Amino acid sequence: MAHGPAKGISRWLFTTNHKDIGTMYLWFSFAMFLLGGVFALVIRAELFEPGLQIVEPAFFNQMTTMHGLVMVFGAVMPAFVGLANWLIPMMIGAPDMALPRMNNWSFWILPFAFAMLASTLLMEGGAPNFGWTFYAPLSTTYAPPSVTFFIFAVHIMGASSIMGAINIIATILNMRAPGMTLMKMPLFVWTWLITAYLLIAVMPVLAGVVTMMLMDIHFNTSFFDAAGGGDPVLFQHVFWFFGHPEVYIMILPAFGVVSQIIPTFARKPLFGYASMVYATSSIAFLSFIVWAHHMFTVGMPVAGELFFMYATMLIAVPTGVKVFNWITTMFRGSMTFETPMLFSVAFVILFTIGGFSGLMLAIAPADFQYHDTYFVVAHFHYVLVPGAIFSITAAVYYWLPKWCGNMYNETMGKTHFWMAFIGLNLTFFPMHFVGLAGMPRRIPDYALQFADFNMIASMGAFLFGAAQILFLFNVIATIRGGKKATDEVWENPEGLEWTVPSPAPYHTFSVPPEVK
Amino acid sequence: MTDSTQNSTRIITLKLLAVVVAMFVFAIYVMPPLYNLFCDITGLNGKTGGRYQPTEIVVDTSRQVTVQFLATNNENMPWRFQPVLQSVKVHPGEEVEIRYYAQNPTSRDMVAQAVPSLVPFKATDYFHKTECFCFNQQPLAAGSSAELPLRFIVDQDIPDQLHTITLSYTLFDITGKFGADEGAVSALVEPDTATVENTALAMNRFANEPAVSGL
Repeated sequence: MAHGPAKGISRWLFTTNHKDIGTMYLWFSFAMFLLGGVFALVIRAELFEPGLQIVEPAFFNQMTTMHGLVMVFGAVMPAFVGLANWLIPMMIGAPDMALPRMNNWSFWILPFAFAMLASTLLMEGGAPNFGWTFYAPLSTTYAPPSVTFFIFAVHIMGASSIMGAINIIATILNMRAPGMTLMKMPLFVWTWLITAYLLIAVMPVLAGVVTMMLMDIHFNTSFFDAAGGGDPVLFQHVFWFFGHPEVYIMILPAFGVVSQIIPTFARKPLFGYASMVYATSSIAFLSFIVWAHHMFTVGMPVAGELFFMYATMLIAVPTGVKVFNWITTMFRGSMTFETPMLFSVAFVILFTIGGFSGLMLAIAPADFQYHDTYFVVAHFHYVLVPGAIFSITAAVYYWLPKWCGNMYNETMGKTHFWMAFIGLNLTFFPMHFVGLAGMPRRIPDYALQFADFNMIASMGAFLFGAAQILFLFNVIATIRGGKKATDEVWENPEGLEWTVPSPAPYHTFSVPPEVK
Repeated sequence: MTDSTQNSTRIITLKLLAVVVAMFVFAIYVMPPLYNLFCDITGLNGKTGGRYQPTEIVVDTSRQVTVQFLATNNENMPWRFQPVLQSVKVHPGEEVEIRYYAQNPTSRDMVAQAVPSLVPFKATDYFHKTECFCFNQQPLAAGSSAELPLRFIVDQDIPDQLHTITLSYTLFDITGKFGADEGAVSALVEPDTATVENTALAMNRFANEPAVSGL
């Protein structure tokens, strides 16, 4: 049974090892992160000054669309699946994932999906230009011909996510070591279990909505076409029924990551473990009944606006429970600030800012003012960049010594953190101001009064981009060499993954550990 | 992995796959009809009902409701399209017929579909159409015109505070739905549809065309 990895490229093509597949997911998502980042920098370069300098408006629209799609489906989601692959079996004392062959397949269809999506940039008529939310009829009647490739790419990504989610649920429910009861599972495992259920529930809805688009475009149906008796507003309902749980799919595993990291560096057990589990479950449940807060302006009855407004605000309660739990964990702890902790503390602070702007957007009457402005862009970047991206970065710094057996360079890690922290706040904080002052999102040019803030945002974006290159360099340097890490890596970290040697052997827990 | 683990993994996988299939079916086959039903019940989006069978009606001559008519061309729709009257005052319960005027100024035969919408949403339950050109597609030969009939009844139960109803039609060009085949469109268009009677005939002939639901 125990044998090492195969030699050469076939190791990666045919592997069923959760660590190999996790590694591939993480590298793939980093590649997509850089690609989506390049698209973002094209956007910020164009917006550096008012007027049209660098790209045509049509191409600008393709950049905003591709940036969103690549970051959501290519960078954030695969990164969390990669972390799940690496960590869940080690955290629950399982030898591997429950369905290793499907695991291989769910990874290897992803590069094809994104190659297809990226290839639309070279097609006649250009890449999709209707925004990552692809509202009909922009994405049906008025779409470029490449929309069909976009649809099939989304189908493949959806299939990959669904397979990943099935695998994770089967692993967590079936493969736990003896004694590892559900309420003993590390929070990262818990948050992923809930996330996987969300994926199972809503990725088919995403597949459904793009299938309806496909039929409207090619087979003369009229799901979203008013002339044939359909309704474009239906698109928005179906899309956001997927879309709102999707934003929690991107943040719940992040909650899990920081819930692992903060106790280690505060040297205290996590405060309120059970309440964390229940809060995560409540957030997941509420995510299904708030979708219409993305579309307050479509013309809803007042009762509808009120329902979705209050339901949305209700989410602040379980989220607040989590934030207070993290703060209480740190309270009177013997805190040290290694790089993973820096990213995690920044996560708590900045994600809370994003949560507050979310509450502002939840106020239905005020949302009519904020709708489709840069305030919305500022809001969701504050929850996604310091939320999802910072937590993934923190996770990589935290577990990298376990994965490759070497310590990363702490100075370089801290430099990365401060560049990213300053860069992201410079980029996204001014967007609140220009948004409140009325600058619409997704435009290549803007009125002169927004010039200064946009210039600051663009400079911040390039700083943030440069920080990621440093990150790449640090990770490669750590894999190639560096100070050897101990088996525990940190001081008394909690969890089974720290009981195996560093670097983690190719096969771990072939004999299940005993959990007391 | 032991046999029992493998077995339960298989069961969980199948269950989750069933959920996936169910959610996909839910998105495509349940959500759109559910949405339409919801709109029907609430009058949301101003969707009006289909053909109304008049029941025993008492005309309420004590009050009048103003019904205003709007016409909008969807983008790039070249037809002239307007109501013959801007508004009428009707007694609740009374059946009234009005006409819209449509002209195809282009040199090609075209087919249009009018989609109604009504405000205030609360009034949708009290506005009944017994005959409407929007129930059918409208073929018009190049250069010809037609008057399109609409017969409606404002329900005698309409609440007092609703004294003005605005009915809007948006005209969509659906010639493209018949494909690139010019013959298919020409076949819909009578050689001489300049009169209402002929248009009505043409309309009746195509009354069996796949009717658009919910119009």
